[in-house]
Amino acid sequence: MSKNKDGSETIVITGNHAVSYAVKMARTQVVAAYPITPQTQVVELLSKFCEDGIMDARFIKVESEHTSMASLIGASSAGARTFTATSSQGLALMHEMLHWAAGARNPIVMANINRALGAPWSIWTDQNDSLSQRDTGWIQYYCESNQEVFDTVLQAYRVAEKVLVPVMLVMDAFVLSHTAEPVAIPAQEKIDGYLPPFKPSIKLDTNAPAAYHGLATPDFYMEFRKKLQDAQDKAKTVITQADDEFASVFGRKYGQVELYGSENPDILLVTSGTVTGTAREVIDEQNAAGKNIALLKIRVFRPFPSSQVREACARAGKIAVLDRNIGFGVGGIFAQEIRAALYGHVDVQVQSYIAGLGGRDITPSTIREILSQAETRDENNGESIWVGVKE
Amino acid sequence: MNSVLTDLDGAELVHPGHLGCQGCGASLVMKSVLKGLGKDSIIVLPACCWTVLAGPFPNSAVDVPILHTAFETAASTASGVKAGLEALGDTKTTVVPWAGDGGTFDIGFQALSGVAERNDDLLYICYDNEAYMNTGIQQSSATPHGAWTTTTPKSKKGNKKDILRVLAAHQIPYVATASVSYPDDLVAKVKKAKAIKGFRFIHVLAPCPPGWKFSSEMTIKLGRMAVQSRVFPLVEVENGRTYKLSPMPDKTPVAKYLRAQGRFKSLDRQAMKEIQAEIDYRWETLLQDCERSPAPAPSDT
Repeated sequence: MSKNKDGSETIVITGNHAVSYAVKMARTQVVAAYPITPQTQVVELLSKFCEDGIMDARFIKVESEHTSMASLIGASSAGARTFTATSSQGLALMHEMLHWAAGARNPIVMANINRALGAPWSIWTDQNDSLSQRDTGWIQYYCESNQEVFDTVLQAYRVAEKVLVPVMLVMDAFVLSHTAEPVAIPAQEKIDGYLPPFKPSIKLDTNAPAAYHGLATPDFYMEFRKKLQDAQDKAKTVITQADDEFASVFGRKYGQVELYGSENPDILLVTSGTVTGTAREVIDEQNAAGKNIALLKIRVFRPFPSSQVREACARAGKIAVLDRNIGFGVGGIFAQEIRAALYGHVDVQVQSYIAGLGGRDITPSTIREILSQAETRDENNGESIWVGVKE
Repeated sequence: MNSVLTDLDGAELVHPGHLGCQGCGASLVMKSVLKGLGKDSIIVLPACCWTVLAGPFPNSAVDVPILHTAFETAASTASGVKAGLEALGDTKTTVVPWAGDGGTFDIGFQALSGVAERNDDLLYICYDNEAYMNTGIQQSSATPHGAWTTTTPKSKKGNKKDILRVLAAHQIPYVATASVSYPDDLVAKVKKAKAIKGFRFIHVLAPCPPGWKFSSEMTIKLGRMAVQSRVFPLVEVENGRTYKLSPMPDKTPVAKYLRAQGRFKSLDRQAMKEIQAEIDYRWETLLQDCERSPAPAPSDT
């Protein structure tokens, strides 16, 4: 542990523990969680914080992930700040209640540790679990480092409670969840200043009895949906504000996307999650050898940062999207989203590369291969290219 | 044992104009229970007949907060409501997961077992109309042997799940059965349960005219016949150990109860005899459980 000039302390912790520390320091009031590899360390440390009395929260040890989310919907409706963490099959089991939480406008924050879905069983990383929840109405952040994980938990509460939309922050299984890195933990007073207590304007109140989420006939239902979409639109501004204010208090800023390198590259490589760190190294190496390659990291996936993506892609020769996921019957999911954002605005090739499913390592050589293919390939037929698949 | 609902004390917290069918037993459960609970209560309501009875957005037929939630989550959502209230310093409000038999015996059973095992501070009300009535009378695991439903077009084979014993086996502080036809007993149990801390479960039989196929003015009578015939005995179980019968009317034959309902019309004399034997067995077992129950602990008396 080392004390920094700004009053923070730097400790070396895993991504999972970075979540636990941030949730504690956000003064979360109700946690409900069920264990699943590779998320378990998040809830183990939170359990310890609660039992040791250094975190003043109710921890409901539930019998399933479905119940985790249902419990938090109840707790959030009662006016409490809430948290859960899960992964893969657990997130899939929650699916029904993810829709419910967003529809009920409960500002729940959840960490999802990206893990591949069965069958066959896998405990290793890919993004199909969280991306399968794309249309549930949740905001989604994809994190690159443990510091970003810690900071994003705090930003997530700021955003969720402002727009009344739940937020999922996502990190790669093991590559981040179980890898220790130095993380600066700010002083509690600074966090309290950035994140004041949750004071919802509407909550369950026996002095003002009302029914919530009852049957909405066709006369009403569509307006509820429109309001949720409006909240996602508003979140685009609120996410940036929360990030800017975070920078002014803590000195770190992430953006909804981050452009690394030239504004008019021959190839723009698009990544999300921990692969971004590997890609930075490869791009530095290739640019030093005379290439002109840039990197676009997508941090916020919902609401999709279409205008930032268009801006970053506007002067690129080609776009190569690295998707650690597969939308069966279509291709890489980030590639599809980017094509949709660019259509009618930016006329550029978007190539989709599928790699690293089920935790297969994406090494510098994997990225070199993608860049090499992108350089020579000149097609825009919409098909995805699978990288590193054995014959 | 024969009081009527309107004789009971307590504020009327169910407004006229709810959307129940004529003769709806489930509507009477809500009226009675809220007379026992009062205004400082929150109802957590999964999909069930009461989702409709309570009225569509923006209406509410009930004068306490209702949190509508998904089918299988009465217990789990309520558990979170309680934790949230406690986190904000409210330890007094009674949180009431309020589910039908489908939401309790079937789809909500896992979450129910979870809150029972944790002994969360909730008062769970299951109003049991013995099938999925809201979706149009499909069998549930609360449907009795021999009953017609739209998914058992001849008759259901197999006995109703004994939810009282299943819950008692969780060793929670309080489990009871009650009936809309004995509102004094029902409200007394609600008041008793309200004063207990921990997980409390009251299983209330709610006759359903369209689902059971009887005339809507017969609801209370059918509820009484269920108790008289020992098909639905009124009982309390404390801490999973102490079984206690509530005052019971004189015993009548099960056939009389079965013949009063169209849903049992396929049953012949032999089938009714078999049902009588099963009911007798359950009743005798219950009497034995009451007999050998330890006396309540001194603090309970």
